Amino acid sequence: MADNSLTSNTMSFGQLLKKNVRSYSMFIMLTLIFVVFAVLTGGINFSPRNVSNIFMQNSYILILASGMVLVIIIGNIDLSVGSIAAFTGAIAAMVYNTGIGLIPTIIVTMMVGAVIGVWQGFWIAFMGVPSFIVTLSGMLLFRGLTYVITNVSPISLRDEGFSKITSGFLNSEALMAGDVSLLPWVVGAVLAVILVGMSIQAREKRRRKGFVIAPVSALILRNVFVVALIAILSWKFANFRGVPIVGVVLAIVVTILTFVTNRTVFGRYVYAVGGNKRSAKLSGINTELVEFFVFVVMGSLAGLAGLVFAGYMNSALPQAGQLFELDAIASVFIGGASMSGGIGTVIGAIVGGLVMGVINNGMSLMNIGADWQYVVKSLVLLLAVFYDIYTRRKAGLA
Amino acid sequence: MSNENILEVQHVTKEFPGVRALDDVSFQIRTGEIHGICGENGAGKSTLMGVISGVHPIGSYEGTVLVHGQEAHFRSVRDSEKVGLAIMHQELALSPYLSIYENMFLGHAKTTLGILDWDDLLEQSRGYLKRVGLTDPPETIVSKMGVGKQQLVEIARALSKQTKLLILDEPTASLNDEESEQLLDLIMELKNEGLTCILISHKLNEVLRVADRITVMRDGKSIRTYDAHTEDVTRSMLIKDMVGREMNALYPEKTPNIGDPVFEVKNWSVYHPEYHDKKVVDDASFFVRRGEILGFCGPMGAGRTELMMSIFGKSYGSRSEGTAYLHGEEIHFASPHDAIKKGVGYVSEDRKSLGLILIQDVKTNISNSSLPMLSRWGVVDDDREIQAAEHYRRSLNIKTPSITQLVRNLSGGNQQKVVLSRSLLAEPEIFIVDEPTRGIDVGAKYEIYTILNDLAAQGKSIVMITSELPEAIGMADRIYVMNEGKIKGVLDRGEATQEGIMHMALS
Ligand SMILES: Nc1ncnc2c1ncn2[C@@H]1O[C@H](COP(=O)(O)OP(=O)(O)OP(=O)(O)O)[C@@H](O)[C@H]1O
Ligand SMILES: [Mg+2]
Repeated sequence: MADNSLTSNTMSFGQLLKKNVRSYSMFIMLTLIFVVFAVLTGGINFSPRNVSNIFMQNSYILILASGMVLVIIIGNIDLSVGSIAAFTGAIAAMVYNTGIGLIPTIIVTMMVGAVIGVWQGFWIAFMGVPSFIVTLSGMLLFRGLTYVITNVSPISLRDEGFSKITSGFLNSEALMAGDVSLLPWVVGAVLAVILVGMSIQAREKRRRKGFVIAPVSALILRNVFVVALIAILSWKFANFRGVPIVGVVLAIVVTILTFVTNRTVFGRYVYAVGGNKRSAKLSGINTELVEFFVFVVMGSLAGLAGLVFAGYMNSALPQAGQLFELDAIASVFIGGASMSGGIGTVIGAIVGGLVMGVINNGMSLMNIGADWQYVVKSLVLLLAVFYDIYTRRKAGLA
Repeated sequence: MSNENILEVQHVTKEFPGVRALDDVSFQIRTGEIHGICGENGAGKSTLMGVISGVHPIGSYEGTVLVHGQEAHFRSVRDSEKVGLAIMHQELALSPYLSIYENMFLGHAKTTLGILDWDDLLEQSRGYLKRVGLTDPPETIVSKMGVGKQQLVEIARALSKQTKLLILDEPTASLNDEESEQLLDLIMELKNEGLTCILISHKLNEVLRVADRITVMRDGKSIRTYDAHTEDVTRSMLIKDMVGREMNALYPEKTPNIGDPVFEVKNWSVYHPEYHDKKVVDDASFFVRRGEILGFCGPMGAGRTELMMSIFGKSYGSRSEGTAYLHGEEIHFASPHDAIKKGVGYVSEDRKSLGLILIQDVKTNISNSSLPMLSRWGVVDDDREIQAAEHYRRSLNIKTPSITQLVRNLSGGNQQKVVLSRSLLAEPEIFIVDEPTRGIDVGAKYEIYTILNDLAAQGKSIVMITSELPEAIGMADRIYVMNEGKIKGVLDRGEATQEGIMHMALS
């Protein structure tokens, strides 16, 4: 067999590029869109305030997208997340107004979301009703229930504390240098060291096991990119009040979900069920339970998103969350997930969500109305997915 | 027989990332001959056929393909069909919910202004179906027929396209002996009517029986072409060319060490998944002992797969009746998950849709059943996972550039080895294997038999469903014979013969 394999242990740069063309092109696309708008808006979208804003304006969609990607990997869909976000937003406001504090409110709201996930997951996983139907029904159900519990009027919040979750900043008096906060730099530096260290360690491990590894130049290039990104964000955050709390929330969600999908047994099962449900079942995977838990996770993340959105609006609105589901689904597909299941990543969904977010934000800064934003977003979705299918077909993965 | 070449392949080289699948291959097909192709799993047979038929388009390989003496520039399968080539793939490509005649004309029916005349097509289909000897009405939905008949439909489809050269990639892999005979007779008949045929098969006897010439491939090269009319070709010559060494026995030696019954099934009936009153398996009882290899024989549709899948955590049928005993105690398997946990393993005969996850890599496919064992606190331990996968890659000789290769890129036989590895890794006590050597080359078969024997020697019990009677006779300690959903009888190692088994099945 040796004579029919040509592999040396280091991949050439070209091979590497070919193999990861999809994930690289996603980042390149995001960067490019950002630069285009920087030019069009005369750099306003790159101002510290706006960079923080982009995160705040899109945080709830990004949270939804990172759950939605699991749902789509297992070959399902969730249309109800917008309504659930409205419902849980109202619950969050009510719970917060009792005065138990922000952290308990977050816990309760996410638990309510999880219970909703239990309800929908039960019908989908154990009763075999298609997720499209169950969540379509959920979309109506939770919109209705939101109207019931809010009497169709906004619930205002007892104090400013709640909205901190979305529009607050982490900062420390001790680390102020004039107007500039040093905390983002400290956090950024720690993060950069950890990420670079992890990538070197991972490569070393692959090399020791005799796996094909990327050339050193690629490793350096990749880390330069990562460090540059962190540095830019630290710089921007430092010049505008510090690290946005919602950015931290998002980072926690993404880190946990990335870990779960890549490293845990549950994550493996999710990909297996999405790749071929019948094979997965015969391999001894409890496919129903996997589906069920994915919807529970989605539910609790929808709860978190509802809370974050209420924080963003500084009140719980009965009409909140409309079309959130479509933005989340679009993010996941722009992020490279496959309609037929089994393929997709959390990071991809986040990048996909940011692509749309940056477009929205840039066009708003240019005073282009929502009408044209829809047109542009629709084209981006279509072209991104087309590009995806095209590259996959070329790589023989169609 | 004219000596003009219908097809000529010159210096074809084809590479996939990390693999040279074809390495400077040259060979010719003469008009009107049946040309057999043999070679180990992953030797490049299917890839070569892909190059010839436009599955791999021009430009994706080096070298030239000449059809009727003219250089071919196929960009797709459609292009090759236009000059009279048709390929029947290793996996069937019929549309399951359409009828026979709809399938036959799908994609190449003549239309008037884009409108199909179904009645006319129905009429036309009868002629072709008669030629291939299929008596079912053309309106029959293909998924309701057995694999053997579906293959006849594919051939009828090829004939209806005015095919001159028919490529059959392992057509008999999922047929039993009788169906294989019929298919081979048909090919001979079509040859007399002027059709040229390429036949890829791991069943060397078949190739020797029908082929005019035989080409052996190894590691992407064409090793040698025999002319069956002028040379005295034998099985062992082919095997030697295929694997590069002599192979004396087909089945490894073993000294059975059989203990007490471990697993017993009594009065098991299984009902059809759609027609809830129809029994697919009727009142089956059997047992397997410690260290024993049990064979299950019978024609297609005898209900062997259905019986085993139903036992294996209700994976088939609307419901089942009967009782199962493990170590003398009554036991229920609520799901495959449950069955695996309690020590039963099952390897499906349908590796693509019930065995593998094609879009995942070799390593993941092997570890999927055993992740809890390979993890701590729910986190997968990659080191152990890789070790396990590498272990099976070596011991089953899975041909792949690395264990991170996607399974869909492996050759058919190597995919089969991956499915087997997955079940072996879960260390079942009762190991049910459904056609474990389907599409596997002689060398690898021997390896798999050795593994099954080793498991038996360790005190595991093996239930082997097989349609190859010699395999059952060579391997099994006892053979249950099934037909039409019933167990017709059981034969001991010494008393089993091919005739005996067939006779029992029909009794
Ligand atoms: N799309 C692909 N990408 C990468 N490698 C491939 C691809 N298709 C085939 N190969 C590799 O090419 C080699 C030849 O495969 P091929 O399917 O032609 O073998 P084969 O002789 O038909 O074997 P079998 O008897 O098992 O069907 C194998 O090593 C296989 O892994
Ligand atoms: Mg093949």
